[in-house]
Amino acid sequence: MNVYLDNNATTIVDPHVYEAMEPYFVQKYGNPNSLHAFASDTHPGIKSAMEKIYAGINADREDSVVITSCATESNNWVLKSIYFEYILTGKKNHIMISEVEHPSVIATAKWIESMGCKVTYLPINHEGIVDVQAVKDNMTDKTALVSIMWANNETGAIFPVEEIGAICKEHAVLFHTDAVQAIGKLPVDVQSFNVDYLTFSAHKFHGPKGVGALYLKKGKELMPLLHGGSQMGGFRSGTLNVAGIVGMGKAIESAVEALDFEMTNIREMRDAFEDELLKIEDTFVVTPRAKRTPNTILISFRGIEGESMLWDLNRAGIGASTGSACASEDLEANSVMEAIGAAEDLAHTAIRFSFSRYTTQEELDYTLRVVHAAVLRLRGISSSYAYAPEGHESGLDVHH
Amino acid sequence: MGIDSLVGGTIWDEYSNKVTNLMNNPQNMGEITEEQANDMNAKLIVADFGAESCGDAVRLYWAVDPKTDKILSSKFKSFGCGTAIASSDTMAELCKDKTVDEAVKITNIDVELAMRDTPDTPAVPPQKMHCSVMAYDVIKKAAAQYKGVDMESFEEEVIVCECARVTLSTLQEVIRLNDLTTIEQITDYTKAGGFCKSCIRPGGHEEKDVYLVDLLDEYEKEKMSAGATLGNDSGTSVDFVKMTIVQRIKAVDKVIDENIRQMLVMDGGDMEILDIKENGENFDIYIRYLGACNGCASADTGTLFAIENILKEKLSDNIRVLPI
Repeated sequence: MNVYLDNNATTIVDPHVYEAMEPYFVQKYGNPNSLHAFASDTHPGIKSAMEKIYAGINADREDSVVITSCATESNNWVLKSIYFEYILTGKKNHIMISEVEHPSVIATAKWIESMGCKVTYLPINHEGIVDVQAVKDNMTDKTALVSIMWANNETGAIFPVEEIGAICKEHAVLFHTDAVQAIGKLPVDVQSFNVDYLTFSAHKFHGPKGVGALYLKKGKELMPLLHGGSQMGGFRSGTLNVAGIVGMGKAIESAVEALDFEMTNIREMRDAFEDELLKIEDTFVVTPRAKRTPNTILISFRGIEGESMLWDLNRAGIGASTGSACASEDLEANSVMEAIGAAEDLAHTAIRFSFSRYTTQEELDYTLRVVHAAVLRLRGISSSYAYAPEGHESGLDVHH
Repeated sequence: MGIDSLVGGTIWDEYSNKVTNLMNNPQNMGEITEEQANDMNAKLIVADFGAESCGDAVRLYWAVDPKTDKILSSKFKSFGCGTAIASSDTMAELCKDKTVDEAVKITNIDVELAMRDTPDTPAVPPQKMHCSVMAYDVIKKAAAQYKGVDMESFEEEVIVCECARVTLSTLQEVIRLNDLTTIEQITDYTKAGGFCKSCIRPGGHEEKDVYLVDLLDEYEKEKMSAGATLGNDSGTSVDFVKMTIVQRIKAVDKVIDENIRQMLVMDGGDMEILDIKENGENFDIYIRYLGACNGCASADTGTLFAIENILKEKLSDNIRVLPI
């Protein structure tokens, strides 16, 4: 049995989305900017998709939702344009992000920092959530931008973006949120609170890869990152990804329709699955369920290094994830686990299961059986549970 | 860069079949209890290395015959990823039937070689070499316990890169002989820094006493002090390209003093250096003519070519002289 439980990384494309995109490869392949019927054949599809994308986040017609190539591009665009417009010109000298942002925000902030801008990396608390007070405390009259994700990709922790947006408004500071993990999992309404820029990406809600978007509030337009043929109102040049836009439109429409299902049925399945996992001895979950997206579990199995667990899951056809340790190039522990201040010996043991509306109970039952077997086998190998003769001084809890 | 570095596969694709099989089915995984050791008339040694907080840890069990020092049984338990488990398993296997003194000679490189499917294909990707180092360290720890000595006593030299087992003295020698200035060069010459990368600079997976960046700094300083005592040398003993800006100005000054100024002074003129700028691979030397040279017809032609040619000959072909 193959079970996909890595939906925070990417999702299966909804077959209806695929169907909607299909005509735009072989039949309606014109460049939308040209002057002939091949071009105009693409216009109704693009228009209708853009309407759906606007509706999906309840953007005002006067706002801009610019289609990009991915969330990474959207995040880079916001931070770099703010750098060019506010920092480089000397108007401001400071931006604020959380220490658990996606790498596309952290790495960009670090680059801006290397160019001389002050960057505050806000810590997260023991529940894995950014404190609103910390945002207030770090505001200066030279702060240009606050960029805080809506929901964390690893823990699913939901950050208080409404409150942070209000603080930014009070201080007349621009506010950006990376909402990649929010769309389709939480209600997203850009008019219900103060937000200037909002990033999202189609492949996280059953749309195609290679299509992202950036919402820009009216009057808060940014200088373009990509100059060229003035597509997307001149904000983002590059021939329109027609099939991608159509796919994103269909995907966000379906995601919003399925939101209730996600927030009730998926949540129930997730909670029940988590209850079962927590019955296994020495397992730990950090962020409380009520403060998480309904589809995500980040759980530690003491004594089992994350990659080993993924190994056994993968052998049984199950795809899950770990941001930790040996699975990545740099060998470092799960950054969120470290930031939370989880017990040091747990930093390398976190496994993430992330569901979607395609996840079935049967799949979860099977996964549970596999996890039980893996825990038994891997704890059997693990030095954490190994025999030691009387009087043996364990050296395994000391940092070497 | 290049096609292979643009879209990587997963690290698991780079594990040898042996590593995969050992992870799926470790052969020497287990424990030796006090009773079991007694039954073998052996001394039980239990040694730990690593820590869960670092991502990998291993406990090695030996039953050693006290009369012959022979390791009669060797088992392990390990917290870690697949390569950590496979390396620990291989290490435990290699210890079997060896004396403690023989076992101490097993290195992480032996462990890695033993896990290869074919002699020329590494068993694990570079960043995973680190796991086999732990396997090596725990042997030293076990041997130290058995002999009642300090673990460090088995290490004759300071090892800077543990993954590739490159010593401090080797690194210092290679850097100096080949005039290495970058980490990439050190890795190309010695393999040091090519694996878990902890030894490159502080902040990596492991804390070190000496980092590769320190060695480069040390060599850089050494060159600077050599440059400062350049003194009466011809000025060409140190490569112009590798000089610091101050050294370059001094070197140019020296060539001008010794070979050019006299010629200008004879005609009632002189010159001074304003600046030296690196422009791609060229060095642009900005000069100002003084006295009679200023406004002289050949200042932009014959005299200029002469100055430039002398500097090129004495210092670097990439010098261009620009009068202001």
